[in-house]
Amino acid sequence: MNDYLSGLGSLLVRYDVLGAFWTNIQLTFWGALIALVLGTALALMRISPIASLRWVGAAYVNILRNTPLTIIMTFMVMGVWTALQIHVADTFESTFFRLAVVGLAVYHAAFVCESIRSGVNTVPLGQAEAARAIGLSFLPAARLIILPQAFRGAIAPLGNTLIALLKNSTVAAAASVSWETASTMKTMIEFNPNFLWGIFAMFALGYVILVIPIGVLTTWLSQRLAVQR
Amino acid sequence: MSASVLFDAPGPRTRAWTLAGNILGAILVIGVAVWVLLQLDAKGQLSWDLWGPVFSTRTWQYYLLPGLVNTLRAAAFAIVGSLVFGLLFGMGRLSQLAPVRWVCGVFVEFLRAVPVLLMMVFFYGLFGVLLPGVADKAFLAVVVALILYNGSVIAELVRSGVGNLPRGQREAGLVVGLTEGQTLRSIQLPQALVAMLPAMVSQIVVVLKDSALGQIIGYQELLRTGQIVYSSDGNPLQVLTAVAVVFILLNVLLTVLAHRLSKLLSSRTAATPLEGTGIGNPTAVAGGTKV
Repeated sequence: MNDYLSGLGSLLVRYDVLGAFWTNIQLTFWGALIALVLGTALALMRISPIASLRWVGAAYVNILRNTPLTIIMTFMVMGVWTALQIHVADTFESTFFRLAVVGLAVYHAAFVCESIRSGVNTVPLGQAEAARAIGLSFLPAARLIILPQAFRGAIAPLGNTLIALLKNSTVAAAASVSWETASTMKTMIEFNPNFLWGIFAMFALGYVILVIPIGVLTTWLSQRLAVQR
Repeated sequence: MSASVLFDAPGPRTRAWTLAGNILGAILVIGVAVWVLLQLDAKGQLSWDLWGPVFSTRTWQYYLLPGLVNTLRAAAFAIVGSLVFGLLFGMGRLSQLAPVRWVCGVFVEFLRAVPVLLMMVFFYGLFGVLLPGVADKAFLAVVVALILYNGSVIAELVRSGVGNLPRGQREAGLVVGLTEGQTLRSIQLPQALVAMLPAMVSQIVVVLKDSALGQIIGYQELLRTGQIVYSSDGNPLQVLTAVAVVFILLNVLLTVLAHRLSKLLSSRTAATPLEGTGIGNPTAVAGGTKV
């Protein structure tokens, strides 16, 4: 048992496991940031009264949401970088990293959009009617009455999307980000099959430690801020 | 536009503004589309030399269709398996015995927190050690990983489906003399299953999409066979577009089905049918997580 643990420990010296997790956290951070901006813009399009924008938003969501992330990641490298030769960075490392971030962002933006939209849908029509009845015009009604309730309602699905984004950042493996967790684990298992269980336990535990707090926090927030109806 | 919380019924002036915005938006969209097409053309990506092979019989007969069959095969096994797994563990989480409840709870929460890709890579390695004689290790690894992940999601769906039933359903069962277990099996579960059917159809979309991860461990599914095509024909953009279109068509069809089901079934159960978010935990719906 001690031999096994010390063997596993020596693997930690040879492979940069913490660095791999740091890469996934960075991918998640930048991906989430861009996805939030893009997703909010899409949500605004989808709830706007302008039909052509609504149509574009719906088309984006339905296309991106139904495409496997693996294909998007492969497309970023093989389509955008190799075939279209779009230059995003000078080194291979940062090229693949940025392509993976964009891939993650465009995919999850569709889910961010749907989360925000479903948050808006939780607000009953009576709230808008009441706002109008006390004399608020469009902007004050949206700012004071509708959107605060909509954002509170959207916390649970947004937190869920963030967790999915963190776990999906492993798919950056398909965009040649070979120093992230899934690829690192694959290499480690290939060269040290006798430590198979230990290696998997290590990576799985890392994700459990990262995911559970986000889940607990967003569930707590969404329940604490829930609008009682 | 029907009544919305954000916008009143428009008057004549607003209608004129909306129309102007609509035309402007349409021009913008068409402009972007034309610009993208021009860029693609400038880089030679619209040439028939690249698109032609995508539509050839050879590509479909020897590569993409067998790949699609493998994708559907893995998805079919994974869906049936995760249903069984999800029902077992969902009932386990609702068990009267606290230890069973805890063990199932920890297991399900663990599986939901670990990325599917890590599980696939792990099982691929594990089957390499355990089953050296089996040829299709990648297929097994894909199916087992998908079953464990999606099964744990379905277990959550079962639990939330039962939790969302009106309390009176369980109470009525107990009052007519059924035990807790009998009430769960013959009153709560059947209604919960009907209510979760749409979310389960949405989960099939997740299974289909995640099966493409098998590419990373070398499973010959649709994306992998597409990669084989473009590495010989040199047309990644075109082949990946075709592969994506196949996935999108299948998934849109399933999403429409899920939507129809949830409308159809709302009269068949005391709970509200859940359509699912299509990502992560389907019980995390707007307004707070459902039980």
